Amino acid sequence: MKTTYRTAVHDAIRDALRDDDRVVLMGEDVGRYGGTYAASKDLLAEFGPDRVRDTPLSELGFVGVGIGAALGGLRPIVEVMTVNFSLLALDQLVNTAAALRHMSGGQFSVPLVVRMATGAGRQLAAQHSHSLEPWYAHIPGITVVAPATVEDAYGMLGPALADPDPVVIFEHVQLYNTSSDTSADGDQLTPTSISGAAVRRPGTDATLITYGGSLGKALDAANELALAGIDCEVIDLRVLRPLDDATIFESVRKTHRAVVVDEAWRSGSLAAEVTARIMEGAFYDLDAPIARVCSAEVPIPYAKHLEDAALPQTAGIVAAVHGLFGEPFGDRP
Amino acid sequence: MIEFTMPALGSDMDEGTLDQWLVKPGDTVHRGQIVAVVETTKAAVEIECWHDGTVDELLVPVGTTVQVGTPLATLREADGSATREPAARAPLTVAPGTAPARTPHPRISPPEAPGHRRFVSPAARRLAASLRIELDAVPGTGPQGSVTIGDVERAATAPAAAPPAAIPEAGRAAKAAARAAQMRTSIAAAMSRSKREIPHYYLAHEIVLETSLTWLTARNAQRSIDERVLPAVMLLKAVGLAAQRFGEFNGFWRDGGFLAATGVHVGVGISLRGGGLVAPAIHDVPDKKLDQLMDDLTDLVARARAGSLRSSEMSDPTITVTNLGDQGVDTVFGVIYPQQVALVGFGRPAPRVRVIAGDVEGSRGIGIVTTVNATLAADHRASDGHRGALFLTAIDELLGQPDLLEK
Repeated sequence: MKTTYRTAVHDAIRDALRDDDRVVLMGEDVGRYGGTYAASKDLLAEFGPDRVRDTPLSELGFVGVGIGAALGGLRPIVEVMTVNFSLLALDQLVNTAAALRHMSGGQFSVPLVVRMATGAGRQLAAQHSHSLEPWYAHIPGITVVAPATVEDAYGMLGPALADPDPVVIFEHVQLYNTSSDTSADGDQLTPTSISGAAVRRPGTDATLITYGGSLGKALDAANELALAGIDCEVIDLRVLRPLDDATIFESVRKTHRAVVVDEAWRSGSLAAEVTARIMEGAFYDLDAPIARVCSAEVPIPYAKHLEDAALPQTAGIVAAVHGLFGEPFGDRP
Repeated sequence: MIEFTMPALGSDMDEGTLDQWLVKPGDTVHRGQIVAVVETTKAAVEIECWHDGTVDELLVPVGTTVQVGTPLATLREADGSATREPAARAPLTVAPGTAPARTPHPRISPPEAPGHRRFVSPAARRLAASLRIELDAVPGTGPQGSVTIGDVERAATAPAAAPPAAIPEAGRAAKAAARAAQMRTSIAAAMSRSKREIPHYYLAHEIVLETSLTWLTARNAQRSIDERVLPAVMLLKAVGLAAQRFGEFNGFWRDGGFLAATGVHVGVGISLRGGGLVAPAIHDVPDKKLDQLMDDLTDLVARARAGSLRSSEMSDPTITVTNLGDQGVDTVFGVIYPQQVALVGFGRPAPRVRVIAGDVEGSRGIGIVTTVNATLAADHRASDGHRGALFLTAIDELLGQPDLLEK
């Protein structure tokens, strides 16, 4: 049976609400509308307004409410419509949720889960399309995850709720309609983990390191490169903070080449962080400079062709890998 | 100080092997002088220098394969000045008038800073140290010409022998065989690229050659056999003149736009005895008389088959002519050589039945006349069929006025 990413997110929330009555869901349009991306469809009817709560358009307010609820003993799931809007709640997340354990000398923890959509590709233009998860990955005190597969879309929520500290989940908007062949019964999706990266495709010649919405493009590029005789390993970071250095280093030590694919802007990006860590930890294993494929440094355009041009695409990844081998490609004379 | 770099002898060349130095440090060189022989996948090519000066240092030993754009030697300028002139690098490898054709592409040229230390990847350096391989002797194939793990491994398994001062005769036969195999690869790459990237359109036109052949026969009758001009030379000249008039067929499609060439250098498809083909240029075809073109063609074919073409001939063609008439076919539809934008094909000139003017004014009849099928394969990005048709018929008109060809 095919299960979509959207269904997996929905079922994970539903199962969490069923399994633990401390779990509540709140956010803009999560109740009566069923969620902007339909991730909470019909949950209001099943669990009632005490546990599935529509909030005003006030990110600073309702994320703060979520922190208070967590401190008070609940296990809130707060949905923020997009990462762009989450900037209004940065104060709550950075100054309060991430810092309280430290500032209270370990007396308080904030078992809060914040879910938000991220990324471009749906022509939602410059205020709904950005990939700002690297900013969150910068902050000590929170765990940042980016489920890229249907299995993780379901499987990461349980461990996130079980974590005593804040966990921020980034769901790329292009992934909601993707699907995976799961077992005959969709309910058999199981918890995964919120630690460690995963090797999604083993390979020997170059390592593609990516996460979230770019995983599919990286896998497509790997398949295309395989036809050209270049066998790529594809690593899905899964967890953007803390980064799984060991998996990355192990792969680079084998392949000696790395391309980091990150839909965020290159400057100060997660791609920059991963690149720097490889330099620090595996420099003498490198056989070529590390390459990055990131979004053009512009606000994401509305027009389809411009949006496509601004984002990392399979062809660009393929070209970057060829570049690692000293092979001019694409625009060669 | 001027750097003399490995030229790109055609768009499908990424690297070349230095076969022979014809100069040594201290020698005075002048513009156009052949200073080295470089082995490409296609041929041993004589490399010309485009500056007057004195050879200062030879940077690349004989037998070494280097990427296009790699400095091969440094020259001291004729006035003795030793100041660096970075801008002088390009002209060294680029003939006048066709500069863009051979400017090394940024992706395959070394970084701007000349004379930088050799790039060796960290992993390759470590491997070389553990294998006790001398890195100076290892050619680099990685990004920016860097030495990679693979390069060190190849060096470790290669027989340790100093590069020969010149390739011995015995080695030449083996070299020729290897070259034939490599040429297939080069042709495959260039032609695949052409069919992948160039949206070809094709036009065909039957040209009556009666007027021009009659004129040529009369012309040749006054000369000794070795001074006679072949019909193929008239065709070349006609294409050259037409290309001069229709600039959009004479040049290059590069970086998303058409770049007109300033001169008309017609590439001539020449099949090689060992298989494969090359299409070196005859320079400035519209400006040359037929006798001169005949001499040039004879010389070019002989040298192409002997494998001793010059760098400017390999890299300069602005349009190509292929002539398969000798093989007996009526028509050839060519594949454009990237980054050129047009190729003119000629089949076999032969007597064919045509409708001709009748004996009585205004009447028509059937006659046997000598015709040749001319075709145009052109890049639709650079030109449209309307102009293509005019270009092809211009060739016809020029062949109908042989006096114009003689000039």
